[in-house]
Amino acid sequence: MARVARDYDDIPGTFVFDAEKSRQGYHLNMFCMSLMKDENRKAFKAIEAEYLKKFPMTPEQRDAILRREWNRMLELGGNIYFTAKLGATDGLSFQQVAAIMTGSTQQDYAEMMLKGGRSVEGNRSKAKPEPKPDTKSKEAKRSGKKRG
Amino acid sequence: MPAIGAAIDNKKTEEPYWKRVFSGFETSKEWMAKAKPDLAIVVYNDHASAFSVDIIPTFALGCAAEFPPADEGWGPRPVPVVKGHPALASHIAQSVILHEFDIPVVNKMEVDHGLTVPLNLLFGSPKEWPCPVIPLAVNVVMYPPPTGHRCFMLGKAIRKAVDSYPEDLRVVIFGTGGMSHQISGPRAGLINSKFDKAFLDSLAKDGKKAIGIPHIEYMREAGAEGIEMVMWLIMRGALDPKVEEVYRFYTVPASNTAVGHIILENGKRAAAKGKRPAAGKQKRAAATARHRNVRRGKR
Repeated sequence: MARVARDYDDIPGTFVFDAEKSRQGYHLNMFCMSLMKDENRKAFKAIEAEYLKKFPMTPEQRDAILRREWNRMLELGGNIYFTAKLGATDGLSFQQVAAIMTGSTQQDYAEMMLKGGRSVEGNRSKAKPEPKPDTKSKEAKRSGKKRG
Repeated sequence: MPAIGAAIDNKKTEEPYWKRVFSGFETSKEWMAKAKPDLAIVVYNDHASAFSVDIIPTFALGCAAEFPPADEGWGPRPVPVVKGHPALASHIAQSVILHEFDIPVVNKMEVDHGLTVPLNLLFGSPKEWPCPVIPLAVNVVMYPPPTGHRCFMLGKAIRKAVDSYPEDLRVVIFGTGGMSHQISGPRAGLINSKFDKAFLDSLAKDGKKAIGIPHIEYMREAGAEGIEMVMWLIMRGALDPKVEEVYRFYTVPASNTAVGHIILENGKRAAAKGKRPAAGKQKRAAATARHRNVRRGKR
């Protein structure tokens, strides 16, 4: 059964948690939800693989959790508000998890945010990529075209 | 937004980074203190606290007497329990359902930072919140959230409901969420101030442009989580077609997000529909609710 193509598939670097993903990631997300209770956080931290057995997720999902592959969790149906609870259990803030997902250090990510965040230029479309702005020079403007 | 809550809870608001963010709300707090609302309707998004993937209601109206703060993984936020207004909330539920909005009624739920941080930003950190709060949770966790147009129309239905309530109340309505941001995936950290400013400008006018923004445009231009801005349209729909912009504030960043904030007021003569002003001088001469609005976008 082929997945229905959606307009948001074209947005680069972005996982959209739609109804299909919600179905796919149900157990992964409910595992994360269980971490809202302190006793569960403790039980999970004690023996992670053992705790995960309570949730009938796929081996890939289990693996992504144990390895803390944050993007992969989302690919496999996780939702960031849920996986962030796993982050919180690890003592990580939203920003720290985001930094990992973008392949940056937290310091670089924080600096990027202080400088005004990641630009939308060059980040709008996979099918119609625009050149990314040259952050070193002011000529970045020539890449700033309206999106299609 | 959780970061804003953490800054408040861990007393970091005077650090330069956070001072920049919080300073923008000083005027707002003063405005709110003067406004002395009898009630606040707070449109917000639950972040997988009250609602898991077991039930995903597009809209959920909190009709309970109390809403405790949720434990989001760091223990419940140390903020006062949110007191509701069951009488008005039930009245709103009945009214909007009869106006063909199929709204789940929630009689028991916890409220997370999505609701409590806006309360801190506008009310400070009191021992008790100064007025009851009616939470209106909007699903933005699972795509799709309701459309901007749908949100706007719900706002109008809420306005009708409040207007028809027998008690004359000063009501403030908060729209929260946004502004541009993306918190996951390789494109995390996205900010689009141009989009945000245009959005604020539209709200200060009639909101028509904002109402017409399709979901794909929010997500593409303003980040996957930028789609939260549809919630502001509930607030805008509850206001008069013509409003006065009282205050605006915008700063980047607060953690992952662009913080935008705008206060809109209905015209001074928020004319009652079919109700006569009471004789004599009274502050609430028109027997109708006067609405003020506060909007804030942040994460």
